[in-house]
Parts: sequence; C-alpha cells; structure tokens
Amino acid sequence: MTTAGEPARDEAEVGAELPALSIDLTPTVVISTALATMDFTPVHHDPALARAQGSKDVFLNILTTMGLVERYVTDWAGPGAVIRGIDVRLGVPAYAGDRLTFAGAVAARDAGEITVEVRGRVSLGDHATGTVTLSLPRRGEEGR
Amino acid sequence: MTAGEPREGGLPGERELRELAAKQAALGEIRGTPAADPVNAPMIRHWLDAMGDENPVYLDEGLAPPAMAQVWTMPGVRRRAGDPSPVDDVLAALDAGGYTGVVATNCRQTYHRYARVGERLTPATRFTSLAGPKRTALGEGYFATWDVTWYAETGEAVAEMMFRVLKFRPPRNQEQPQTVEPYPLRPAVSPDTAFFWEGVRRGELRVQSCGDCGELRHPPGPMCPRCRSGNRSYAVASGEGVVHSYVVHHHPPVPGLRPPFAVALVELPEGVRIVGGVVDCPPGDVTVGMPVRVTFRRMDDELTLPLWKPKERR
Repeated sequence: MTTAGEPARDEAEVGAELPALSIDLTPTVVISTALATMDFTPVHHDPALARAQGSKDVFLNILTTMGLVERYVTDWAGPGAVIRGIDVRLGVPAYAGDRLTFAGAVAARDAGEITVEVRGRVSLGDHATGTVTLSLPRRGEEGR
Repeated sequence: MTAGEPREGGLPGERELRELAAKQAALGEIRGTPAADPVNAPMIRHWLDAMGDENPVYLDEGLAPPAMAQVWTMPGVRRRAGDPSPVDDVLAALDAGGYTGVVATNCRQTYHRYARVGERLTPATRFTSLAGPKRTALGEGYFATWDVTWYAETGEAVAEMMFRVLKFRPPRNQEQPQTVEPYPLRPAVSPDTAFFWEGVRRGELRVQSCGDCGELRHPPGPMCPRCRSGNRSYAVASGEGVVHSYVVHHHPPVPGLRPPFAVALVELPEGVRIVGGVVDCPPGDVTVGMPVRVTFRRMDDELTLPLWKPKERR
C-alpha cells in the first residue's frame, strides 16, 4: 500500500545503500527492549549479576537484535514494505554504554522481492550480520 | 551415562551425545503452551516504543511486527517451565559433558504472514541437529540447532525460526584479567542435576518438577515420589526463603572456606528445602525463621554458587 510521498523503494538498484542508523545503547535502551520482548533473563537488566558472570555490563537480548534489524530496514523501506524473513549471524555482545551502528545495501532483486544485507556494529566488532528479505506489494495487493 | 566431569583424553561423551541428539530429533515437533495473551495492541505499542520503531502500519492495521513472533510465547518472569522441549535434554547433557559455555550464533526467522491482533499463537519446537565436536575460537564445542514454528489457532504456520547455539568447553588456561584461584569445592554435575547448574549460571534458582503432576522436589531425582512419573521438568523459584535449620561449622577445616561459617537448610515458599551457605552475615547472627534471599556468587572463572543472604540487605 505504497502511497504518494512515501519513500519510493521500488526503484532501489542492487548496490544501493541504506542510510546508516546509529543507536546509543543506554541502559534504558537495553532494559526497556528486554522487557518489551518479555525477556527477563537477568543479564539483560541486572548489571551486578551480568558482571558476576563475566560480562562487561548488561547487553542486548537477541529478540531485540532481531527487532532493531527489522526496524532498520523498514525505516528505509517505508510502511508499504512486507518483511518476509530475517537471517542473522550473531557476533559480539552489544553492551550498555556502547553504540550500535547499522549499515546496509540492496544485495538482490528478484520478482518483487528485495534482499538487503545488513551489518550492525559495536565497538567490539560485528554484533549482527545478515540479510532481510522483503517485498513491496503494489497498491491494492494484499501482502501481509 | 555421561560422566559428571569431562573424561581425560578422547572426546568426552561423544557417542552418548550423538545418540541423545538422534533420539531428540526423532521426537519431531513438540507443541508448547499457547501464548498467555493473544496478539494485542498494548504489547505492540510497548515494543515499538522501546525499539524506536515509528512504522505506523502495525497499529493502524492491527498487525504485529513480524520480529515480535517469539515475544508472544515468552515464558514471563515466574515461568513454570511446564513445556517439555526436545532441546533441554541435549543442552543439559552438553553441560554435563563439560560444554558449559553457551553463545547463540544464528537466528533465522521466516514470516509466512503478519500475525493479527486477536490471534493466539502456539509454539512448537523441533530439535534438528547437533554438530561437533568442533574447534572454535571460544574452545571445543558443539553446535545445537532447533526450529520453532508459531501456529495460529487455525493450524496455519505464521512464523518459523531456526536457532543455533554453540555449547563450548571454556578453555582452562585462558589468560583473563579477572582470573581468580579455582574454588576447591566443585559440585558434582550429572545429567540429573545439570538443569540446576545451568539455572545458577543464568541467575535462576531452579527446582525440579514432575513433568506430569507438577509436584516439586529437591534434591533432583529420577522419579516423582508422588505419581512415580519419570518425566522431569523444572520451575524457577522466587529466590526467597526462610532458615528452617542451620549449623555453624568450626572444625575440621574445609578447603576454600574460613571457619566459622553457617550452612542452612532453607525452606522455600514453593514448598521444598535446599541446603546452602549463609553469607553477608556473621554466622552467630543466623537464626531459625530468618528470612533469606538467594544470591549467586562467582567463586572462580567457571563456578557460580547459589548462596543465601539475610533478606533485609541487598
């Protein structure tokens, strides 16, 4: 349901880059997302316990990593996009106090389906790398 | 049976692990408990807010963000792990074999369609493979992979996830800034008790429960004393307790501990009693009926123990 004025991604060529997104990982971000994803594992909200287990601080949970990857791509693709899949290889932890910066580019286009390569980096290296597959249904098409 | 401590030489428990993995994979897809709540706007709004996701389509059209798939069936704070999962036994056996480290390596989600507000999703888990032992940067380990599918009430699959973790043997002589002397008293971890120690590592006090009648028991055992079922699960205790009885140990000397120290039999509100040391309190101050709270103390690089401290203090 792409409407006029929305970002026109229909023409996105292979190789086109997505604008970067940088997220300041405050304890509030780490903890509020852990709770919003119903993940109450203590290492995602209890700094003392996280440190006692050898971590630097509380860190992002995987459900949040998936959510942020999805958000990164739909921020660019617009509300008309239909996300078909997210395939992520998980890397270093994203600790509170760090900064998570996403970069991405269109890797493939095939019959209305777009594959975007995404890389989320923190100071320690790659936190998440992978692909998001989406389609952009034309007006009137039911995609979801 | 896999030995509690890794065996010297060779590949510890490799055959047992392979056999268990094959057995668990042969169980096929095991259905879990339906989501506590149907897909709903308040949880979607909360999630979008926390993620900073301003995409209006979800709340405008009553659709769940697809990456929320797993959120709907998360177990909550005081989870009753009533769901028998074909994965748990494999992870527990890896723990018992000395592969105590865990790190998630892959998460692949496929969305067949967006879940709609009002739908109640049910997860189903299938153990798919165990690969290893392999040498990795973190140490020798096994990759365990499983699939979860979320079904709508109609039986239609809404979303699928492939999830893979590396269970690794933490290297012993790794240079670490926080290295401390190994604590001399090691718990005997067996396949029967691995779930308990896995919980301790995660900051959870787990109590074995019967997979059929739900009766709690501690210490862990192979069979339910109430209904004689051999199906086992566990519950996560609140961590509160009351000293039911205690001793103050003066003599003889115990390696790693400085006498006098107090050891209590703690009664949990969940209905079982657990033995544990009392810390953050002079041993002479421990009394019967004293409210205590569990505290997870890191004894050395590998071992964390559940101990008890007076409830008033933090």
